[in-house]
Amino acid sequence: MSDTKIVDARDTFCPGPLMELITHMKQSSVGDTLELLSTDEGSGADVPEWVNKVGHEILSNEKIDGVWHIKIRKAK
Amino acid sequence: MRILVVGGGTGGTIVANNLARRLSAEIRARKVRITMLSASDKHMYQPGLLYVAFGQMSPDQLYRDQAGLLEETIAFHVDPVEQFQPDQNRVVTKSGKVHEYDILVMATGSRIVPEQIPGLVEGGETFYTEATAVKMFKRLREIQEGTVAVVVGVPHKCPIAPVELIFGLHDYFKARGIRDKIKIKYHYPIGRIHTIKEVAIWAKPEFDRMGVEYETLFNVSEVDVENKVVRSEEGTETQYDMLIAIPPHRGMEVIEKSNMGDGGWVPTDRFKLTMNGHDNVYVLGDTSNLPVSKTASAAHFQAEVVAENIASMIKIGAPVRDYDGKVYCFIETGHDSATYAMFNYQNPPDLKPPSKPMHWFKMSYNQLYWTSVRGLL
Repeated sequence: MSDTKIVDARDTFCPGPLMELITHMKQSSVGDTLELLSTDEGSGADVPEWVNKVGHEILSNEKIDGVWHIKIRKAK
Repeated sequence: MRILVVGGGTGGTIVANNLARRLSAEIRARKVRITMLSASDKHMYQPGLLYVAFGQMSPDQLYRDQAGLLEETIAFHVDPVEQFQPDQNRVVTKSGKVHEYDILVMATGSRIVPEQIPGLVEGGETFYTEATAVKMFKRLREIQEGTVAVVVGVPHKCPIAPVELIFGLHDYFKARGIRDKIKIKYHYPIGRIHTIKEVAIWAKPEFDRMGVEYETLFNVSEVDVENKVVRSEEGTETQYDMLIAIPPHRGMEVIEKSNMGDGGWVPTDRFKLTMNGHDNVYVLGDTSNLPVSKTASAAHFQAEVVAENIASMIKIGAPVRDYDGKVYCFIETGHDSATYAMFNYQNPPDLKPPSKPMHWFKMSYNQLYWTSVRGLL
């Protein structure tokens, strides 16, 4: 089990949190866990939509003090 | 004080020239020395490649001699770095020379890696190099009818380019009188048609007006060249007659070989622009892992901050300002109008309606760029 890799995409409009996550997912290996930090209000829904469609796994999704913390496991 | 700038693109050139001016007295007194190492004796204006792809610029208009863009006090060598050794404050170059430094500025840029997507090199057109931009233009001239599919790799530099490409295609085919025979289909990796929400909201009705089809949540996974089909990681596919790709990018190989960052992107402090764990190493533009657009514009604004801070460190022993995430992107909305997006870490862009004067400004900037990298604008 690898350590959780933090993808800090707070306060960014371009390339934006989901694009940052996709970049890091491509650099990761199957089984890796990533935690996306985002201040984009839409991330709580946008990120799971992509993760579920492509077939990765959402481990947790919560908003803490205005920051989305979304944990994803790369499944393929 | 030895300042070493690695990379002769927008960021490296602006930071070197800016430093040469700010530290001219120290350089004359031989207290400061600025050296630049680059992989090429030429400097390319990369935003011009999109114009080449539409036959609006010729390739030779993209280049200037790098040495001619630099202040005379900068020692310039065409000798790319093959290994960074930040713990020893030195680099090793292709020729085998070792350059030691007190301050290093990394501005090595990024590279396209279309080969990461099976079939893309053989089946797709791109405009991110001179040769492929020319090839794309020739293919555009040939096509008479059918589907032109646009796909977008991740990550990629110039995030506005996919949208500009669509506007350019619409105008190009319209000018040829065959727009009604060409279906343009746009594919984008996330759940809206551009990563910047404000750009997506503005561009959607424009795409509808132009009759451009779009599919979101499409991350290109492979190109079936024989059957002319492009497929996505999400399980969908599109048949095409001509495929144009914004290719995926990586950082430079030397970064990866030097174990300085995943994907070739150097972990960087988003405000100080220093490499994490190395306060005497500054990282500019595409080279960093910052969640900031990979554009010359970002590199430009970062270079100004870094030059000001390095100079003030030498003069007063402290940096004077942080990078605020500023980016300014022109958005060409066809062949005769444009708008722009300006934003930073805290403030999203406020898009204005496209206008002809903004397009003329962009056309002027294509020339003014050479003044800009000299540090005069």
